[in-house]
Amino acid sequence: MKRSTALATAAAGAVLLLAAACTSDVPPGGAAPTGAPGTSAPPAADQFFDQAEHDRQLALRDQTAQGPADQPWVQMLEPEMVDTAQYATQGPHNVCFSNASVDNPWRQVGWTTMQAEVDLHRDEIANFTALDAGASDDKQISDIQQLVGGDCDALIVSPNTTATLTPAVEAACGRLPVIVFDRGVDTDCPVTFIHPVGGYAFGATAAEFLAGEVGQGGKVLALRVLPGVDVLENRWAAAERIFAARGVDVVGVEFTENDTATAKSIVSDYLQREGQINGIWMDDGTAAVAALEAFEDAGQPRPAISGEDQQQFLEKWKAENLTAQAPTYPTFQWRTAVIAALQILRGEQVPREWILPQPVITSANLDQYLQPGLPPLHYALCGCREMPDFPARWGA
Amino acid sequence: MRALRDRVGAAAPVFGVLLLLLVAIAVVNPSFLEPASLLAYLKRAAPLAILAVGQYFVIVSGEFDLSVGSLVTVQVVVAARLIDGDESATLPVIVLLVGLGLLVGLANGLITTRLHVPSFVTTLGMLLVLSGAVFLWTGGAPRGSLSQAFRVPGRQGIDIPGFGQVPWSALILIAVAAGAAVLMRSAWGHTLVATGDNDRAAVLAGVPVARVRTTAFVLSALAATVAAILLGGFAGVSAQVGEGLEFSAITAVVLGGVVLGGGRGSVLAALAGALVLEALFTLLNLLGVSGALESTVQGVIIIAAVAYAARRAGRRRRPPVPEPTPQPA
Repeated sequence: MKRSTALATAAAGAVLLLAAACTSDVPPGGAAPTGAPGTSAPPAADQFFDQAEHDRQLALRDQTAQGPADQPWVQMLEPEMVDTAQYATQGPHNVCFSNASVDNPWRQVGWTTMQAEVDLHRDEIANFTALDAGASDDKQISDIQQLVGGDCDALIVSPNTTATLTPAVEAACGRLPVIVFDRGVDTDCPVTFIHPVGGYAFGATAAEFLAGEVGQGGKVLALRVLPGVDVLENRWAAAERIFAARGVDVVGVEFTENDTATAKSIVSDYLQREGQINGIWMDDGTAAVAALEAFEDAGQPRPAISGEDQQQFLEKWKAENLTAQAPTYPTFQWRTAVIAALQILRGEQVPREWILPQPVITSANLDQYLQPGLPPLHYALCGCREMPDFPARWGA
Repeated sequence: MRALRDRVGAAAPVFGVLLLLLVAIAVVNPSFLEPASLLAYLKRAAPLAILAVGQYFVIVSGEFDLSVGSLVTVQVVVAARLIDGDESATLPVIVLLVGLGLLVGLANGLITTRLHVPSFVTTLGMLLVLSGAVFLWTGGAPRGSLSQAFRVPGRQGIDIPGFGQVPWSALILIAVAAGAAVLMRSAWGHTLVATGDNDRAAVLAGVPVARVRTTAFVLSALAATVAAILLGGFAGVSAQVGEGLEFSAITAVVLGGVVLGGGRGSVLAALAGALVLEALFTLLNLLGVSGALESTVQGVIIIAAVAYAARRAGRRRRPPVPEPTPQPA
């Protein structure tokens, strides 16, 4: 029985190593993994629940944003403006960007949109230098050091993880104006931090819609991406409370790890077990179409569903007149980061915390958001429709 | 007679485990035993089972194929982009996918056998090349869409009045299993096992080892192509569709009692290993266990199976150590 033992042992070891590596996928929605996704048990919900922040976000949903309604990427909610006169310099500028990664469609659409925004300001931006950290904290830390050491006039950062990147961002703050967007850092040294309302608002909006559709005692299956990621945990924490308060029967809370086949299998299993399910709540819309197909293949009526602004879901929604809603985490924030950098370099005031509106797609306004011909994994809220080379640049 | 007992004996545990798991699922969820549910389970398990059959050929020949998962992703993404919703493009694109599969399998096989790169490295490299290429081509977001016709094999079936729908994927799985069983009983099958058992001896006996192994890689890549067509049909376009499938396929093969390192194990047991794995996931899901545990379970299975095989191998190789008998005082 020759070499098999050593070979097999080595192989099994490597297989496991790789399997572990494969589970650390950064979820869409730009969330920062704070635990060890895919390897740890679901944490207690309370660990991710902050009552004050929850209440603030839910209230922010009803606020009217300042700024032009047709350009939500420059709108702001409850802004507290800060003076940036000290950063005013003569252009054209060198703007630098440290990107966590482009490893999911959400980030891909955002990145395309950001580059298009840069192209709109070619008179003001001489060079736009972007480094992609490939979802590695270490690489992003050295990326930031490299950019700060160069001749950047402003630095935009989309952090890979919150805590680990904080010292690097703090070090950069001392040297040049820093703009952080999407995921946060544990310091208020950046000139501005750009983000949509947040995870609690996302989860609550979807849960309120579903609770209204399925009614008291209605059966809802919750599909989540993976445990331990703060913004995703916030989405579920808010939803869980609403379902409990409204008497909705949550038949299951399952992790799909963003795999459509897994999602479809899970939904099929639940349909077998429960006989009927009235609603599907999702903390991310990637698997929405697969979940709906599980109902179709089982010969069941389609449920009420909350998805996201992903093209294939919106198309199915329109074609089949679904009972659906899409809270969003808009990719147009990638535009805002570039706009903010230029405002700071002009010495114009910007909000310290730039809270962007988080539009909700409903059956009433679906047509306004759905643009035919885009790729299945495109995100409708790119704010890119009026930009040059749309839709070709976004893959149509 | 002993050969027969050996064959059944080696494969028996996995079929026993499968039966046990199916009973356990039925206890948790009695409706599982209805034909429609069982067929739905088969439909879901078919892509992994077909991948396991492909992986079996490679593993029994003494090698590994780590590239099948990324090959599945590539095939689905390429299919979506080229078909782009055009029904008439379905068949030409499927032919192209088969061609692509052949090419990848051939490359894996030739690099391993002719350049003497360990298959572990070859196929790991292929995994990286394929996933990098697909990312480069799509920019991270798959484009286009699959036609309805492309989705038929993975999603639909034949309606039999009074019985329900027999999924195409279950029929395809049966065909693949039958083909693989026949192949393993042929002269080629025997040379494949001989190659895995001891390639030096096989060479001396006149077996064209390099060619046999290359064919195994090609068969594995073709199995991945079939699995991609079924998975794309089952769940639609996704950039994650093949992620981790190579590990599931290897786990399935190991579960079926096939020895890593080659030379022993039956293809039908490998296939049963895939059914066990899928049943296990279904059971975990029904019991409300987090999906995160699935990787852990797979890891434990691989380690346990390899340890078991190594123990058995050790026992076979060394003469038993006699127990010290107490001397009369």
